[in-house]
Amino acid sequence: MSLALRRQAIQWLPALAVFALGIGAWQGLVAAFHVQEFLLPKPSEIARTFWDERGTLWHAGIYTFKEALGGFALGSGLGILAALLFAAYRPLGIAFMPFAVAANAVPIIAFAPIMNDWFGLLNPFSKMAIAAVLCFFPVLINTLRGLTSVDPRSIELMHSYAAGRASVFRRVRIPASLPHLFAGLKIASVLSMIGAIVGEYFGGPTNALGVTILNASAYTNFPEAWAGIVLASAFGILFYGAVALAELLTTAWDPSRRAFHTE
Amino acid sequence: MNDRPAVHIKGVSKQFKAGVTALSGIDLEVRPREFVSLIGPSGCGKSTLLRIIGDLIEPSAGAVEVNGKPAHRARLDHDYGIVFQEAVLYDWRTVAKNIALPLELLRWGREKRARRVEELVELVELQGFEDHHPWQLSGGMQQRVSIARALSFDPALLLMDEPFGALDEMTRERMNLELLRIWDASGSTIVFVTHSIPEAVFLSSRVAVMSRRPGRIAGIVEVDLPQPRSARTREEPRFFELVTEVRERLAAGGLELEPAEEAS
Repeated sequence: MSLALRRQAIQWLPALAVFALGIGAWQGLVAAFHVQEFLLPKPSEIARTFWDERGTLWHAGIYTFKEALGGFALGSGLGILAALLFAAYRPLGIAFMPFAVAANAVPIIAFAPIMNDWFGLLNPFSKMAIAAVLCFFPVLINTLRGLTSVDPRSIELMHSYAAGRASVFRRVRIPASLPHLFAGLKIASVLSMIGAIVGEYFGGPTNALGVTILNASAYTNFPEAWAGIVLASAFGILFYGAVALAELLTTAWDPSRRAFHTE
Repeated sequence: MNDRPAVHIKGVSKQFKAGVTALSGIDLEVRPREFVSLIGPSGCGKSTLLRIIGDLIEPSAGAVEVNGKPAHRARLDHDYGIVFQEAVLYDWRTVAKNIALPLELLRWGREKRARRVEELVELVELQGFEDHHPWQLSGGMQQRVSIARALSFDPALLLMDEPFGALDEMTRERMNLELLRIWDASGSTIVFVTHSIPEAVFLSSRVAVMSRRPGRIAGIVEVDLPQPRSARTREEPRFFELVTEVRERLAAGGLELEPAEEAS
């Protein structure tokens, strides 16, 4: 186990080195060329603001993350449900799939003010709805592919045991779709945070992260705006990591995951 | 019970939608406890015939009876187990759970399943691998899991579609011996599809030689090699005579195996 951990640590070393170099270069170049703060603040300045405003920022981050989480649950849940229905009843999929594709093409920015109008600017559900719309499609597409691209022989085998449709779904299609489902959920995890923030840009309570970023820029408090952006990304990354961990725990059997790691 | 054929194929034909006649006028009886191989070149419809016996494909004409019942009824009654060329294991299930899958579908209790799995793991000699996942096993081991799964509910009939076709020669010969041991221990009837002449002769009590386009049975070779067979069997003069006989039957209708297939 400790060997596996050490190998993990070694795998992350290059990325950490690039991160440190990037931050260092940013700090050095901003100082060397006297770049003005409203264009690009120094990382040290952003970090200091982050620390000073930690209480406000943290609460704003949690508030927005809850919206993202709600939207993720709603959008992914509906995406999974639609995928199950479309896989079970092909005509349904043929009838509805074009509309799912069309919904995905809706520019979400244009959609955000309408959601605020429908559900109320201060109602967190207006932001959840936007995040949900963003999450729905990638989860639907990936899950549907997982459910339908099952090896036909494994279905034939179930027929030889006289297994019914429900049993084939439960024992073959659904477990086989898990790696695909997680591919969709990972995309959705990051999108949900983006969706919540985009919604907040068109109005929301002052204790929301998107509103905090917007107000900070409006009052030319750019280090705080940057600190808010950093926090939003951090939440997105952590959420992605949590979903990836859930994937690791539930699909350890997936041979395609091992293709890169065989010696 | 014993005079009733395990498999009775009556005038079976199969046309596919594209107008290809895969099988034409097949008649064959397989007796209980018999080991019958279907051999022929690629495209002779031998896999199609096996799937018709298993009611996985419907014949265009004719009928199949398994244990005296229509094939459809036999499938619903779990009268046969099937093994494909690939092991077709479920990646998310361990070895033990793959073997137990048909038993779950038959609603066996947990303890009864566990006991049966233990017996089967012993039968196919996979002790210690019960909790492994398929990707951790070699091709030969995967195929043994697949055989154990097919035998799990003790079906009277085992259908095998080139089960060792993807294995190397040495593994294949060892698996042949194991299969004969399992056949003897389980008391089942086996219908075995192959395109290897030595494999068909070594395993079978009878070899049905099939011709191509349309697929029909060109002749039956009775294999009178003594039981039980061993690695020595492959060295007996009678073995070579029978291999030659099957080869000549295949050649009789201009039905040479393609060189690549004969080599396998």
